Amino acid sequence: MSPESFVMKAFTMAEIKNYTMNFGPQHPAAHGVLRLVLEMDGEVIRRADPHIGLLHRATEKLAENRTYLQSVPYMDRLDYVSMMMNEHAYIMTIEKFLNLKVPPRAQYIRVMFDEITRILNHLLWLGAHALDVGAMTVFLYAFREREDLFDCYEAVSGARMHAAYYRPGGVYRDLPATMPKYEITKNRNPKEVEKLNANRQGSLLDFIEDFTKRFPKYVDEYETLLTDNRIWKQRTVGIGVVDPDRAIALGMTGPMLRGSGVEWDLRKKQPYEIYHKLDFDIPVGKEGDCYDRYLVRIEEMRESNKIISQCIDWLRKNPGEVITKDNKVAPPKREDMKEDMEAMIHHFKLFTEGFHLPKGEAYAAVEHPKGEFGTYIISDGANKPYRLKIRAPGFPHLAALNEMTQGHMLSDLVAIIGTQDIVFGEIDR
Amino acid sequence: MNIEWLDIVLESFWILFKILLIVIPLMISVAYLTFFERKVIGYMQGRIGPNRVGFYGLLQPIADAIKLMFKEIITPNKSNKTLFFLAPILTIAPAFAAWAVIPFNAELVLADINAGLLYVLAMTSIAVYGVIIAGWASNSKYAFLGSLRSAAQIVSYEIAMGFTLVGVLMCANSLNLGDIVEGQKGGLLQWYIWPLFPLLIIYFISAVAETNRAPFDVAEGESEIVAGFHVEYSGMAFAVFFLAEYANMILVSMLAALMFLGGWLSPVSFLPDGILWLFFKVGICLFFFLWFRATFPRYRYDQIMRLGWKVFIPITLVWIIFVGFMMQTPYKGMFH
Repeated sequence: MSPESFVMKAFTMAEIKNYTMNFGPQHPAAHGVLRLVLEMDGEVIRRADPHIGLLHRATEKLAENRTYLQSVPYMDRLDYVSMMMNEHAYIMTIEKFLNLKVPPRAQYIRVMFDEITRILNHLLWLGAHALDVGAMTVFLYAFREREDLFDCYEAVSGARMHAAYYRPGGVYRDLPATMPKYEITKNRNPKEVEKLNANRQGSLLDFIEDFTKRFPKYVDEYETLLTDNRIWKQRTVGIGVVDPDRAIALGMTGPMLRGSGVEWDLRKKQPYEIYHKLDFDIPVGKEGDCYDRYLVRIEEMRESNKIISQCIDWLRKNPGEVITKDNKVAPPKREDMKEDMEAMIHHFKLFTEGFHLPKGEAYAAVEHPKGEFGTYIISDGANKPYRLKIRAPGFPHLAALNEMTQGHMLSDLVAIIGTQDIVFGEIDR
Repeated sequence: MNIEWLDIVLESFWILFKILLIVIPLMISVAYLTFFERKVIGYMQGRIGPNRVGFYGLLQPIADAIKLMFKEIITPNKSNKTLFFLAPILTIAPAFAAWAVIPFNAELVLADINAGLLYVLAMTSIAVYGVIIAGWASNSKYAFLGSLRSAAQIVSYEIAMGFTLVGVLMCANSLNLGDIVEGQKGGLLQWYIWPLFPLLIIYFISAVAETNRAPFDVAEGESEIVAGFHVEYSGMAFAVFFLAEYANMILVSMLAALMFLGGWLSPVSFLPDGILWLFFKVGICLFFFLWFRATFPRYRYDQIMRLGWKVFIPITLVWIIFVGFMMQTPYKGMFH
């Protein structure tokens, strides 16, 4: 072997190659079914290629074969941590078509449950994000509070997660006067049960009010574990920075956009329902890193809590209808059906044929905990949509993952997935 | 002639018996340490932890052990089979071997050798080979990343840990663990925790890093590299890694108790010295391990390196020089 070729060989042997690594879908930090193909240079990520579709359930296509009302429960299952918010966007699109007037009490109930849902979502995000970064206690603390909020869901709709509570023209029923209570079982003695039921003696509103009073203290608890923790800061400050222009260009919305310092919130900029009557602030970040987005979401939980207590005050003072009287879209009362022929026919028509939307198209969006969640319906005048398009906020966020993780380490990737608050129900639909 | 042979055989059996006397209680304490961990962390997180198997869940570790024993050990297709099975053995052997020189009180020690401290240091360092080989033999990228991280981490923290031990050895003038404890005689104020306080802190943090426990568990890094070096191990092979990790936790806590907290010595003169003091001190150290795990987020790999090289090693060096300097002054009584 000549000296040159020997040298050449030595060099080719020493050539360092990037390697690809399969991250997920069976991975503890994959948030469900995220699959990433990573191109790694040691521990440093050169390219992150998200593969989606593992949770595809064809929601949009299914909706084309069902009446408008039958699709409501499918919406719950899109982003399965902010159930009622998904329904809200869909219901609002239908209301836009029909120019329906929603009773103010229903609007307040919706806003209250939207904010409860926002807290639910942010609690899960906080727990999962902290768990990804290695702090496991926050997760269990967050789930302690989620339990109470799920009880609210259960009290109002009968289901703990997939509520199917909102209806075109209002909500399914008024807030209940009693809360479901714990029962004495083999594993729960009477004393324990009495303690658990202490704040469940009154109505649902009493229970929620009690929760809003306790909640700020809980948020302080999470913050003592994270906000000033040096390790937490080292892991999140300066990680996954997105500057404001890029954030807009990438189609980011919600806390991802506000974390970068862009003051954009549909509740303020395009107020729907009764948000314009409520007093709340929009927290914005400065640097656009994981830490800022963390602070933004923590603050949003506090603001949501404020909104909920304002709604409670109003709802206490103003009893009334919770769904429109227009029996073309909302079912008549059961008692009326016994005597009134017209009501009977309405009921039959509504639950067999459903209602028709006029020919045309409409888009409505809500400020979902993850960003702008909207549904776009094209109607050809039939009792089901010609086409339903769902605008999921998580989709553009995931698309930005590659850009956000460039040059970061593997551990940071996990933090960035956490900060994006990804839920595959809505991305894969 | 025959009598001599008999003596040797009897002597060997006696040593073997003493080894069992250490290893079996150690295995049991490892099992119950896992139970203790789950209970403590459970209460810290507003849960109750295991409470179904046996009275208050006390049989849970036994149930876990039986489950792991009967699980299949899966070997990945393209793994290096020999190394794959050698790795757990290489991890557990030093974790147990190090216990040979640990004194439980002034008389109760298997091997009362003069280089005890050095021997312990050597044994804890060897353990990293098991981790590296496990990661290599598994032929998995996750396992490989885990073992690389672990190697870098243990090597860096070994240095900081070694330097803290230098401080102790300067104070005690001996490498024999029994003599180190005896050097702290005379009540709470004579313990090395006071003159060597910064070294104790660094020793303890390095110990957490050495044993790959949170917040330094990057080698396992559940949310990043799934389970790190032992991602491909199952059944008993996994259990052996687990056993080694917890045995090492107890070992480093034991060392902390012996070197800084006066070992079996009583903190006050009116109470007798005894082995219970030692266990109590070890228990406190172990509680800190669990407390850390419930509280802190995980460091990133490069941040751990930075902490080890740029913070701990300089601090220990400065403190050792300080101790050495003080020993030449009239205040040397403080440092023995």
